Amino acid sequence: MSRGELPGPEPGERTHPEGRRNGQGIRIDPEAEAERSAERAVLSALVTHEPGVLAEISGLFSRRQFNIESLTVGPTVDDSLARMTIVIEEPRSGIDQAKKQLEKRVPVISVRELDDDAVQRELVIVKVNGDSPDQVNAITDMYDGQTLDAGPRTVTVEITGAQQKIDDAIDAYRQFGIRELVRTGHAAIARGEAPTAQVSEPNQAPTEAQVATEEVTDD
Amino acid sequence: MSKRTPVARTEQDDGDGPSEQPDSERADQPEESGVETGAEAVVAGLENAGVEYLFGVTGGAIMPVYDALYEHEELTHITMAHEQGAAHAADAYGIVSGRPGVCMATSGPGATNLVTGIADANMDSDPLVALTGQVPTGFVGNDAFQETDTIGVTRPITKYNIFADDEATVGTDIGTAWALANEGRQGPTLVDLPKDITQAETDQRPEEPSTPDTYDPPTTAEAVMIEAAAETLVDAERPLILAGGGVIKGEATEELATVAREFEVPVVTTMPGTGAFPQTDPLSQGIAGMHGTGYANMAISNCDVMLAVGTRFDDRLTGDIETFAPDAEIVHIDIDPAEISKNVEADYPLVGDAGVVLEQLLRAMPGRPAAEAWREQCRTWQEEYPLDYEAPADEPLKPQHIVERFDEATPADTIVAAGVGQHQMWAWQYWTFTEPRTWVTSHGLGTMGYAVPAAIGAKLAAPDREVVAFDGDGSFLMTAQELTVAAREELDLTIVVLNNEAVGMVRQWQDGFYGGRHMASEYPWAPQFDKVAEAFGAKGLRAEHYDDLEETIQEAREYDGPAVIDAAIDPTEDVYPMVPSGGDNARFALNAEQLEGL
Repeated sequence: MSRGELPGPEPGERTHPEGRRNGQGIRIDPEAEAERSAERAVLSALVTHEPGVLAEISGLFSRRQFNIESLTVGPTVDDSLARMTIVIEEPRSGIDQAKKQLEKRVPVISVRELDDDAVQRELVIVKVNGDSPDQVNAITDMYDGQTLDAGPRTVTVEITGAQQKIDDAIDAYRQFGIRELVRTGHAAIARGEAPTAQVSEPNQAPTEAQVATEEVTDD
Repeated sequence: MSKRTPVARTEQDDGDGPSEQPDSERADQPEESGVETGAEAVVAGLENAGVEYLFGVTGGAIMPVYDALYEHEELTHITMAHEQGAAHAADAYGIVSGRPGVCMATSGPGATNLVTGIADANMDSDPLVALTGQVPTGFVGNDAFQETDTIGVTRPITKYNIFADDEATVGTDIGTAWALANEGRQGPTLVDLPKDITQAETDQRPEEPSTPDTYDPPTTAEAVMIEAAAETLVDAERPLILAGGGVIKGEATEELATVAREFEVPVVTTMPGTGAFPQTDPLSQGIAGMHGTGYANMAISNCDVMLAVGTRFDDRLTGDIETFAPDAEIVHIDIDPAEISKNVEADYPLVGDAGVVLEQLLRAMPGRPAAEAWREQCRTWQEEYPLDYEAPADEPLKPQHIVERFDEATPADTIVAAGVGQHQMWAWQYWTFTEPRTWVTSHGLGTMGYAVPAAIGAKLAAPDREVVAFDGDGSFLMTAQELTVAAREELDLTIVVLNNEAVGMVRQWQDGFYGGRHMASEYPWAPQFDKVAEAFGAKGLRAEHYDDLEETIQEAREYDGPAVIDAAIDPTEDVYPMVPSGGDNARFALNAEQLEGL
């Protein structure tokens, strides 16, 4: 039999289902379909405190094109462990994938996505022109900030708070002319009894039972 | 000659910074004293893991480890021509044996030459351990001679890597790397060995190989999910099993066959899954993907429930994700949770060991799907879209014919290695695979030059079996120097260069998608590969006509050592079926005209 005489139908005439998947590989429900849009999530990862872990995690996020808003890392009560707080902006499937890719790395002990009500703080240090020190002080007071340094030409202040508060404060300082500013990125911890990310957790996605327990403790 | 030669010492002392030389009296009684240096701890770590072969190339910073191998009979070192060859040989050893292959190289260029092979193993989840020399710790970061940040370079392409900074634990590091490469989802690991650490005195014997406490790969899937998946499978009208490389890596081929036969579900395999299910079985629906069979791709496109086992839904398999199995509910078994819903959403994620989860599923199945009509449809597709080619006797040799004749001439457990390109696709399509670990190639990374070193690693892993490597002329030219290893080690293997004097796959794409503009894809300057083979100490043969092909095949097989057949194939032959990159799997082209119409 020669290739020109195959009995099967031509490409355009072959049986093929009507359905489709979207670009994220999810079967489309024609009733309610929209590409899922990006959302913001705060991930807390407990990692072994050793050289190269930060490079490993930041490399992971960059090579898999996860969109991160901030990444902070610091020691914990246990000297052998460090905690990373990562704010990520991705569709739900991307957030889930980021969690699983994190959990997969050997130095990562556990990963948890924090609830919206988690305690979140960021610190910003802003250096503004010192032409109107009284007005600068008024804004600093308004945002419960502190003046760290004041001279004839500059005033340096510190504001701590949730992201929106920091953004608002920076906007308020713009009128004086911001010379430089430094933001730390997010630190976050789960509220109340809820765990953030713990050593005892198995290094895999939480089971339904675990999720259920978590919801109970959250209330 | 004593274990440590004065020559080696002179070299070590020569500009390598602080070197702590052990006392010479130990050389008199090495057996009694056991481990005395970091390098000996490394060797002890390899022995603990039961390593048989090391594939490597020596050099300055790794010399202490090589020196510690002197007179070690349990460990056989195979000196390769190039470090890339060492990595591929170790990779193939890992594929065939199921246990991590080990490759070694020095720092700097030695380590960077391993990189291609490590990246290849990472894409294919092949168990591989790489050991690299490194400049002494005091020199690290100073751009010392032959210094490269090997840990940094290989971090994205290893499952884990370790900078060994303590002679007391360096042997245990080897065991950790070996165990991590071997357990869970297999993959490559690397231990970077600074020269001062391997030279330092230590009497610490390594601990038994084990993974870190935090490493805990899942085994069994959630019972609730198993039940839901089983119900969906039983209710299926058009069920299909998609068997990936994880079925072979997870030693789950028997469980897979049991599930398929018990419930009469047709089986399609991915390219790495080739051999996971016998292609001679009536339920075999062939190989899927860009150059898979039409009948496999039709089954994938039209199934309503897909049981996907150990596959990562690579784009060469799925084509356009929007048209991939668009009606199918997907039951996805994988040991790596990160593969679940990465490319294709899993309706029923079953995270665990393939064999264990398949047994769970088998026990949970309340009955078998009523799918006789579907199986009939699958058989119809097999008749409508068979693999096919024309081979007129008065025209140049067809590569497909050569593959088929070799398959007929060799035993069923023959190991087939391949490089990357058209020859690889013909070998994949036209060989009938019936056993796992018989198809050894570069899947995910698509590394040209893989075949020759892979044949070497495969033969050492399975010395009693035949090894046939198919290579292309372009692919062969990238690693042909490893023939010297096959000749030196007297390895009985056959390499068939399907020679079309072109980088044929690129040329096929240029014809299909770049208006026939053959930029940098033709090799009119190609050497005579049979003569190249003879120069390396291998047997060189030529195949140009149909009438003496059988004879040439027999001559190559009967030759006791490496034989290379330079087969002059029809340079106009292309690979079909073909789903264009990002295309709809059901719209595969069977010839150039159909491709043009897509």
